[in-house]
Amino acid sequence: MAATTTSDVRLIGAWPSPFVMRARIALNIKSVDYEFLQEQLGSKSDLLLKSNPVHKKIPVLIHSDRPICESLVIVQYIDDVWASGPSILPSDPYDCAIARFWAAYIDDKWFPSLSGIARAQGEEAKKAAIEQVVEGLVLLEDAFLKCGKGKAFFGGDTIGYLDIALGCYLGWIRVTEKMNNMKLLDEAKTPNLVTWADKFCGDGSVKDVMPETDKLAEFAKVLMAKFRAPPPN
Amino acid sequence: MAEEVKLFRTWSSPFALRIVWALKLKGIQYETIFEDISNKSPLLLQYNPVYKKVPVLVHNGKPVSESLVILEYIEDTWKQTPLLPEDPYERATARFWAKFVDDKLMPSIWHVFVTQGKEQDEAIPLAIENLNLIEEQLKGKKFFSGETIGLVDIAFGWMGNLISVLEMVTGLKLIDAEKFPLLQAWMQNLSDVQVIKENWPPHDKLVSKFQAIRETYLATGAPK
Repeated sequence: MAATTTSDVRLIGAWPSPFVMRARIALNIKSVDYEFLQEQLGSKSDLLLKSNPVHKKIPVLIHSDRPICESLVIVQYIDDVWASGPSILPSDPYDCAIARFWAAYIDDKWFPSLSGIARAQGEEAKKAAIEQVVEGLVLLEDAFLKCGKGKAFFGGDTIGYLDIALGCYLGWIRVTEKMNNMKLLDEAKTPNLVTWADKFCGDGSVKDVMPETDKLAEFAKVLMAKFRAPPPN
Repeated sequence: MAEEVKLFRTWSSPFALRIVWALKLKGIQYETIFEDISNKSPLLLQYNPVYKKVPVLVHNGKPVSESLVILEYIEDTWKQTPLLPEDPYERATARFWAKFVDDKLMPSIWHVFVTQGKEQDEAIPLAIENLNLIEEQLKGKKFFSGETIGLVDIAFGWMGNLISVLEMVTGLKLIDAEKFPLLQAWMQNLSDVQVIKENWPPHDKLVSKFQAIRETYLATGAPK
């Protein structure tokens, strides 16, 4: 693969977004240099609107002037293009299907339940919302044991697709725990995920792009004040 | 090990139909297990404990759920008659539009289907906007994938025929030949594909079923 110049690979995003983080982790895994074009909260750049006219959302990867949208589509694209780097998707078709299944579950079912905590009105509703998130994490704990097969990550010895799909939310999980004074990732219910979370956050391809909890919590306050809404999607 | 492929489906599930088409296009032998949604089999619940839904593909005893995940699995496992292009950018484009069908297009059309009066009037523009977006993808092409059908055609294909059922039941014309000439041509081309043509659920049965579904929604405003 010919060397790519920095401007050949551009990523439109924002530091707090878990979806943007997915793309950044994938690029880091492949050691791809890229230009990070940060969007400002509350406004969308012309480049973003032009590159993602359908959804008008971040992240957008622009590779040789061609845009790719939707975070998991981007991660798969990165894996396809920079094939000589460490693999992100499992090589075995069945393992790959399981990773894709759980990644879709995380986005379609689990993440909405996480957002639901901030939106819940009153103690009862909040408690129910928290329970739902934890139930999902218990399912994912089980998935971790089956996929990881005793290794450090869902992907085995190194970070893979499903690690990225779930791990990107760790910043927001920690903010939610802090703001509600409780634990979502619990030693009692999800001990393996607790260990996994620390390893994930400490990984070379993750640590520079995972926001600090305090910084993210400050941002969450600004966001809630501005939009009276849950964390960004 | 002898290859054993089973597909858990219902006679009408459009998501299961995607899998039927993919398996048939690739010439894969499989056994069909028809489920009664009101009385799900223990096997289905065992194979898909998270969603408890069809379709589920079971390959040599190992289950895969969620139709787009199953399609990718089929593509990864059986290399003949590829459903996805080789080029990474084109692959990403196909995946993007398949996801758009499930996340945006279908829900917006469904919303028109299950409402009436003012609520329906307000739902129509979004469905039309989404149809416009997908119509554009057909410019200069016979199918979304080009000359032969691929992932996006399979993902959206059931709408190609079901739209006439939904239009009959609601009395609305959503895919107007004048406004959507490319989609109209695509639906015609799709219905000429052997595998699609031979595996379409009976039209009258679909009309009755969707009539009943719409009536339930309008009466209760909630899914069954």
